[in-house]
Amino acid sequence: MLGLNKTDSKFLLIVILLTIFTPILMQPFAANSGLDQFNGGYPDLMQKVAIFGIFAVGFNILFGLTGYLSFGHAAFLGIGSYAAVWMFKLLTMNVIPAILLAMIVSGLLAVVIGYISLRRSGIYFSILTLAFAQMCYKMAYSVLTPITNGETGLQLSLSDPRVLDGATTSTSLPVTNIFGLAMNSSYKVEALNRVFTFNVGFYFCAIIAIIAFYVAIRLFRSPFGMMLRAVKSNQQRMNYMGLNTKPYTLAAFVISGMYAGLAGGLLAAMDPLAGADRMLWTASGEVVIMTILGGAGTLMGPVLGAGVIKYLENIFSKINETVLHSWFHWLPDGIEEVVVWIFARFTGEGWHLTLGITFMLVVTFLPGGLVEGLKRLARLARKGRKKTDKFDESDPDHTPPPSKHVV
Amino acid sequence: MDAILLQVLNGLDKGSAYALIALGLTLIFGTLGVVNFAHGAIFMIGAFCAVTLSRILSLSFETIDPTKVDFLGNPATIKTPYVEAWFGPEFGGALIDWAVPLAILFSIPIMIAVGFIMERGLIKHFYKRPHADQILVTFGLAIVLQEVIKYFYGANPISTPAPEVFKGSFDFGAMFGFDPNVIIYPYWRMVYFLFAAVVIGAVFSFLRFTTFGMVVRAGMADRETVGLLGIDIDRRFTIMFGLAAAVAGMAGVMYAPILSPNYHMGMDFLVLSFVVVVVGGMGSLPGAVAAGFLLGVLESFASMNEIKSIIPGIDQIIIYVVAIIILLTRPRGLLGKRGVMEE
Amino acid sequence: MSNSLLTRRGLLKTSAVAGAGLALPTIFTSGASAFTNDPTGSTVTLGFNVPQSGAYADEGADELRAYELAVEHLNGGGDGGMLNTFSSKALEGNGILGKKVEFVTGDTQTKSDAARASAKSMIEKDGAVMITGGSSSGVAIAVQGLCQEAGVIFMAGLTHSNDTTGKDKKANGFRHFFNAYMSAAALAPVLKNLYGSDRKAYHLTADYSWGWTQEESIAAATEAMGWQTVEKVRTPLGAGDFSSYIAPVLNSGADVLVLNHYGGDMVNSLTNAVQFGLRDKQVNGKNFEIVVPLYSRLMARGAGKNVAGIHGSTNWHWSLQDDASKAFVKSFGTKYGFPPSQAAHTVYCQTLLYADAVARGGSFNPCAVGEALEGFEFDGLGNGPTLYRADDHQCFKDVLVVRGKENPTSEFDLLEIVEVTPAAQVTYPADHPMFAGGALGACNPGA
Repeated sequence: MLGLNKTDSKFLLIVILLTIFTPILMQPFAANSGLDQFNGGYPDLMQKVAIFGIFAVGFNILFGLTGYLSFGHAAFLGIGSYAAVWMFKLLTMNVIPAILLAMIVSGLLAVVIGYISLRRSGIYFSILTLAFAQMCYKMAYSVLTPITNGETGLQLSLSDPRVLDGATTSTSLPVTNIFGLAMNSSYKVEALNRVFTFNVGFYFCAIIAIIAFYVAIRLFRSPFGMMLRAVKSNQQRMNYMGLNTKPYTLAAFVISGMYAGLAGGLLAAMDPLAGADRMLWTASGEVVIMTILGGAGTLMGPVLGAGVIKYLENIFSKINETVLHSWFHWLPDGIEEVVVWIFARFTGEGWHLTLGITFMLVVTFLPGGLVEGLKRLARLARKGRKKTDKFDESDPDHTPPPSKHVV
Repeated sequence: MDAILLQVLNGLDKGSAYALIALGLTLIFGTLGVVNFAHGAIFMIGAFCAVTLSRILSLSFETIDPTKVDFLGNPATIKTPYVEAWFGPEFGGALIDWAVPLAILFSIPIMIAVGFIMERGLIKHFYKRPHADQILVTFGLAIVLQEVIKYFYGANPISTPAPEVFKGSFDFGAMFGFDPNVIIYPYWRMVYFLFAAVVIGAVFSFLRFTTFGMVVRAGMADRETVGLLGIDIDRRFTIMFGLAAAVAGMAGVMYAPILSPNYHMGMDFLVLSFVVVVVGGMGSLPGAVAAGFLLGVLESFASMNEIKSIIPGIDQIIIYVVAIIILLTRPRGLLGKRGVMEE
Repeated sequence: MSNSLLTRRGLLKTSAVAGAGLALPTIFTSGASAFTNDPTGSTVTLGFNVPQSGAYADEGADELRAYELAVEHLNGGGDGGMLNTFSSKALEGNGILGKKVEFVTGDTQTKSDAARASAKSMIEKDGAVMITGGSSSGVAIAVQGLCQEAGVIFMAGLTHSNDTTGKDKKANGFRHFFNAYMSAAALAPVLKNLYGSDRKAYHLTADYSWGWTQEESIAAATEAMGWQTVEKVRTPLGAGDFSSYIAPVLNSGADVLVLNHYGGDMVNSLTNAVQFGLRDKQVNGKNFEIVVPLYSRLMARGAGKNVAGIHGSTNWHWSLQDDASKAFVKSFGTKYGFPPSQAAHTVYCQTLLYADAVARGGSFNPCAVGEALEGFEFDGLGNGPTLYRADDHQCFKDVLVVRGKENPTSEFDLLEIVEVTPAAQVTYPADHPMFAGGALGACNPGA
């Protein structure tokens, strides 16, 4: 199907099905069941998972294939957002031109940064990309305020020209749309004591995410992808063979920068605001961590990682002590206090602790990331088969090659 | 001229902070081959050693003073520190006043222990893992350490003053014939600079002139061969990790009066210290120190009004601009070694 | 790329089961209610969106305490706090319009993105009908914009920038806290009395929008009374060590240093300035002085003894002796064991003001609430007689000028009130140039 082999087609099909049913899958707990706090099936979170999924898949094209660890990808995310919001302000609220411009602008920036940074490798490359991204962040926050609106972030205003949309006399801000269909409109279905929200914005992100995912599969399987993997395993040998690897790595860098710009544009399309915080080094670090957490070099891993981190951030940070008390009110008083105290360290204001511990546990016990965890679970479940060792199946995509000790 | 001298002084001071952090980081990063994102957190823990000691010294018992009332209108409780009750208000007060310098002694064993536990408990399992995994696990550790500190000390900065003796500043200008008040420099910053020089000198001579240092340097150059010679290089690397933690921790203790400690100060320094280490060149201790001072001085120059009026906002990005220029002109930073962390 | 067969099947099965549920949908028509998240049950949900991580986490924690206290009082619990002193008596301690008040909390992380994500989840998932909170202007403005689009009311927490009710004002957003212009207008006369009208000021300003509005306001106010501005220097946010900005101050001929910094920057720049011995120096034959236009008691603790004798302004302080402040300090102090901060006070007031507006307007509809708040005059919330101006949704009330105490008697007793500047003196016309460039627009009930 579509130039994919059988396994990949099946895989893509599953991804498509999973995406279509996300609003249902992420709403597993009935309302008032006490666990509905854990439901993630509301538009904002679903959109974020899809968008950061795109971001991480794009990052993985560079990192997973070539091994170049960029610590400045947030710059592309940020500039994509700014480009998109400017498009909403000047041209039209239709998201298509905004997203296209976001990809173009971030692609151009990626050419410049990539061309310079790729002159170095290893940690030197990482620090160069980090330096560029931090420069973008610092300037967007201060001296570039006329373009970026600094701390507050670039927002729409009533007085924007929006030349294609024509003059309106409305006193409220227009909403982003695709040919008239508003991104924030939702269709709600109540069934099985749950409310399922089918949101236009989410499905728009989901379709783009699937396309982005498909492109990534094709890239991974193409001769180009093979070339990039060769760069990862031994760049020197490639150079000795008379191959100039730079165009390949630069192409990978630009493609992954455009993925990031696309993600930034989509963020703005879902919520027309672009803030400098999106370019901070922690945002660059976040995508690195999503990728590694899920499983670097795998196709599904980055998406999984993005989902887990966004879920923790949005769901765990909202479980406050009042919620905990309502969960454990059936316990005797003294014990309830103790249990609530313990849980409160990991939820609400303590959600960062959960995040940190998750990172440590996953990377210590699942060297291949969450994808590796899923594989192990599957292996456990497959009882009838012979006992297997984790080293038995060698899939180059799932197990990053052990790097040489640098000393 | 006077303005330039003034900024050189400021830069040296900033530079000594960068150099100290980068020195510890490069001991781990450039020699053990571990990308340690928790290094900023170690610096932060050092600063909180100072806070903790000053809290311990100020531990108080409460007596009720019926003549005064607290904010709710109840009789106020007066706190008297135990040390003042035991040693008399004069000596006790001096002890509390000198909490930060005393915290150096207090912090060394703690920081070495922290280093040992980190290395033995976690890092040693990651020597042979990809750098990306090291980043993730140490970043997770940094978050956990931060959250623990936040739980005990809150999120706001905590005032940790230097001893009264070091209050105020020294007028260098008057000494060299400039107008008074032109080149002033706080006493505590002079102490910090001297302290940094001593620590840097001590670390270098330790590695240069002791047998232990020689073995470690050999291990840095070729770990396997040293291992084949029957030397337990792992144990020495553990000690190195403890040493690096102690250096970062002491830097944190002494920095507390300059920058009131808060739980996320480590993250603020993390990016900067990585830039310093890489600009200095991977695996090079002198490089890290040189880069620290260079970036400190340049950053101070960039914050001069004369320069800011030519290029607005240059002080925000100078460090990154310099880093890019240096890495493009010198492929391995100032003094980096070939082949370290390049793949 | 292969995933395991079993996982796939498992997931497919789950999807199939969930899909079966779709067979009997009951469709919610979103047009059924007149506004977003109309509370139809016996409860109403408010969203408290405060920083729980990052530099302002302690202020966020104090805000949350005040919110919980306000909810307790609204639902008839506790001693009623400022409900007893509030001039409007529409609230009866039975929730809001008879609906029990419930709340959800979220973490803004002091980042616009995270704050909006958190506010969105409150609106989309938890059905919050009002969002409140925030501890920085960037976040407040970002969330205010979101609430305008979503059709819920936003009651701003700690936000001091002129822009919140200036060029970024929104019909659905309301601010009780004071702003940079008011700080400057209140401080300037006090400074003139203390330091004379012949002074040269050197400004260090945090290089972002709040810093700029603060610098613009205080420079204009001090220049109006005869001071000269020698230099305005922008410092990077979170610079940490401010030595290279402070060292040239003495040589510039200035005799007053104005620190337009807040939070961690304020603590560090003030600590550095005192460390450099600026306050022991004489310039132009006068004692060198430092001014911090916006004080926060929580943050002032970080600067320790360095705040002694330094003047600034604040929205409210627990040592105020009017009945309302005393009632609030008593109920907060009894519950938590320490006095409330100005952040806690302003968010407590905002919650009460919202609830009262709903009760008076008889509806949770944002437009009805907005109408009830616009032009509302009240008293008994600790700041004296106050007006919620209709033109820009800003509260006009007395501003406190405070000074760092020389000999604090406890860890909370850091500031003393120097003067209570009456509201009339800090009031400005709605079309003042510092607040120009925005429009409220029309209220948006959403849905």
